[in-house]
Amino acid sequence: MRHAFSVRIGPVGFRVGSDWRAPIAQLADLYAGYPAPQDGVPDFTVRLFAARPWRRVVRPSVMIGGDYVLPEAAPLPLAQGLLAAEMGMNLQMALGQRRYLLLHASAVERDGRALLMTGQSGAGKSTLAALLSRRGWRLMGDEFALLDPATGLVHAFPRLVSLKNQAIGVVERAAPEARFGPLLAGTPKGDIRHLVPDAAAVAAMDRPARPALLLFPSFGFDPAERVVPPSEAFVRLTQASTNYVALGERGFDALTGLVQAIPARAIDYPDTDSAIAQVEAAWAAS
Amino acid sequence: MTDGWLLARALRSPDSTRALDAAGWTDLLAIARAEQMIGTLAYRLEPVAKPPAVARILDDARASADHGRTLALWEAEAARRVLAPLGIRLVLLKGTAFVAADLMAGQGRSIGDLDILVPHASLDAVEAALLGAGWEWVKPDPYDDAYYRQWMHELPPLIHRDRDRMIDVHHTILPLTARITPDAAALLDGTIEVAPGLWTLSLADMIVHAAAHLFADGDLAGGMRNLWDVDRLCREFGEGQPDFYAAVCDRARHHGLLAQVERAFRLCARLYATPLTIDLARRRSDTLYLRRLTARDGWGRATRAVTRQAFYIRSHYLRMPPAMLARHLWTKWRKGGAGPSAG
Repeated sequence: MRHAFSVRIGPVGFRVGSDWRAPIAQLADLYAGYPAPQDGVPDFTVRLFAARPWRRVVRPSVMIGGDYVLPEAAPLPLAQGLLAAEMGMNLQMALGQRRYLLLHASAVERDGRALLMTGQSGAGKSTLAALLSRRGWRLMGDEFALLDPATGLVHAFPRLVSLKNQAIGVVERAAPEARFGPLLAGTPKGDIRHLVPDAAAVAAMDRPARPALLLFPSFGFDPAERVVPPSEAFVRLTQASTNYVALGERGFDALTGLVQAIPARAIDYPDTDSAIAQVEAAWAAS
Repeated sequence: MTDGWLLARALRSPDSTRALDAAGWTDLLAIARAEQMIGTLAYRLEPVAKPPAVARILDDARASADHGRTLALWEAEAARRVLAPLGIRLVLLKGTAFVAADLMAGQGRSIGDLDILVPHASLDAVEAALLGAGWEWVKPDPYDDAYYRQWMHELPPLIHRDRDRMIDVHHTILPLTARITPDAAALLDGTIEVAPGLWTLSLADMIVHAAAHLFADGDLAGGMRNLWDVDRLCREFGEGQPDFYAAVCDRARHHGLLAQVERAFRLCARLYATPLTIDLARRRSDTLYLRRLTARDGWGRATRAVTRQAFYIRSHYLRMPPAMLARHLWTKWRKGGAGPSAG
């Protein structure tokens, strides 16, 4: 393709090709501190292309393709090309990843132990991971935690942190010195701005961690906390995994192993200060 | 210019991949995925030294294919349990047949739908039994439904509501609208039991079916994989059997599909160096077919749009007479969606 960029995020290599220069230039800028794919061979290919040749120029809109595709994905305007690239990479993971059990969760690490936070979109898992990463935690990822069925360890996948709507301002104020991508207004998911993981997160991304605590945060409620039994954690994580079914028995063993090995708690929180305090308390108790 | 030949060479002579650099490997993996042959490639390259990143990717592909095999056989078992009380034997076609019979063609093969063959007279009973056992219609459109029932060689596709797997129930191997009418009764008569309760077509009929599907029905989509199936079947059963190819050709002649089978043999020999023991004169048109079969670039994209479109139009011409085709396309167009992707 005309423009291309390759990068390794955690253990996974990507190649992104594009009919346009702009999304590739943005990727190259934001992922500047990341290594190339191992041996120069990426795990997955993403393609950003025009549905018809003239749509490269006239009202350009970006179709998302690659090794794995959804049949009826809607195109995005070229101004949101960076989002298209990120969605394309997520899609390859969601549909094509077979080595690790993917948990739709953010992950941070301290003392070699990992805290996993999972929940619906809007629960605050990206925001909390970003804020914790300014407070002595190592950011492992805001979207997918990669659970290795062979070892039970979680591998980091520190792609750009995708902040949405109010979370953008919250993190900008908490981390004024951090690097951000352009503000993408009016995307199908609302306003989006990407936070570049700090250098420490990238430098340590090849170091997996032993899971220690699983949290189910919910934003917009009075502070509350309850223990989540392994059975409920198991069911909720099967729903939060895109490749649980595809991994078959390996996926089942990995997930039952996880929920039996570590405690799980649901945390309701009204604001981020409260959330941070609740998370730290749950961590201290775990 | 990188195209499907990169994949054909790697499959034909795995050692040739030693010469690949990182960009070559990247292209090869993208093409193999696009042709749904990454699992096949993974098995084929198992004994060859590879860069660690490639080895890891292919290990995952092999594990994924193994899991797919388990799912395919489980789906076959589910169908067997539905057909057994009716006294109808489960005759498997294509990928599921290859893995049930443990053939080389099944190694690493990606398997999507469950394709089975039943006698035409049993269609209603089979349909009712499947609907009673959790399968549901995929295409609720009345035109599509009527079209399938009147003209196709299979029931409209059914999907299982719990397992989300499709089943295609065939009663013959070409649409009724096609000019060629294979001998469906002979297909059923020749079946062999490869595992308790699981049957496949005879070896010759498996090859005839693959060729019919490729050259008398479809637009050659997935052709590299279908020809690989033929190549593997020929190598597994043709070695040391000097009469093998002639016998398959005899069977093809019986079904009216000799030209298609000969085409498959010629193209297999060109793509995969299949060791034919019969003389087949090259046809100039083979080059055009190869151009279509290998129309894929190093990003996994479909290329050669004009050639593709030509074969797409040809597939419809083969499938039905012109007046009927015009009526069909007119109806589909008004419903919004005829074209190479909509089929």
